Amino acid sequence: MFEITLQHYLILSTLLFTIGLIGVMRRKNLLMLFFATEILLNSVNIAFAAISSYYGDLTGQMFAFFVIAIAASEVAVGLGLLVLWYKRTGKIDLDAMTSMRG
Amino acid sequence: MEAIAFYTFAILTTVMFLITVMTSHALYALSALAAGMIFISAFFFLLGADFLGAIQIIVYTGAVMALYAFGMMFFDTTRDVVEKRTSPYIIFGLSGVAALTVVAMFTAPIISDNITALYPAMEGVGNSQMVGMVLFTKYLIPFELAAIMLLVAMVAGIVLAGKKMDVSLTTMSDEEIEREAKQGVLDV
Repeated sequence: MFEITLQHYLILSTLLFTIGLIGVMRRKNLLMLFFATEILLNSVNIAFAAISSYYGDLTGQMFAFFVIAIAASEVAVGLGLLVLWYKRTGKIDLDAMTSMRG
Repeated sequence: MEAIAFYTFAILTTVMFLITVMTSHALYALSALAAGMIFISAFFFLLGADFLGAIQIIVYTGAVMALYAFGMMFFDTTRDVVEKRTSPYIIFGLSGVAALTVVAMFTAPIISDNITALYPAMEGVGNSQMVGMVLFTKYLIPFELAAIMLLVAMVAGIVLAGKKMDVSLTTMSDEEIEREAKQGVLDV
């Protein structure tokens, strides 16, 4: 209980990942969906850093760096597309994006 | 001591992310997400990954959150966010995926008990120095690729959102947009 082990960090990471999944499931607004995606990426980063620390290996931290880089570029492109879509249609709900009629 | 810090920040992070996921105000969600990002960097400091913690604060809270905050100026954020009513099949399937993730994450350390460190931590070297040594030798090509990817993302962001900011595409019809795009006046 009072000694923090790898399991503690992995449980926390899983908890945050589940919160992010709940967000992805229940959000219809695309901006809120992006927020939930950020939570997913961050929870994985915690797991990477914890495993890296407890095994004395730097590979986990390296992967966390690349995850952060990918998250940053995802936000730039995604938000650009979102702004363009909002300028054209006036809403950013998922239901509005049914032009392909899949 | 470490336990107190861990549990405090674990509770804070969970509550902040729950607010982000559950609230119906976009601004509350943004603020709670920014707070959660900062609290997550505390775990990195606890784990001895100082450089990663600093990067987390700078990139996430400094860059990503600022980007969201500026992007939200385009959207109508005072309106309440509408929630999705999904079919029970989707909920069931995704909950199954989440449960599988939990099982996989808890069993992974048990299976990998005989794991050996690929790039073991060096003695008497600080974390930032160690990160630099590994990043610029073993991970040099992924590092350069990440740099190119960030450049491409920056160009894409500027092209997508930055052009013709004074024109409202919402009030124009599709034909108007097509015509102006053909004439080269509008670039969409």
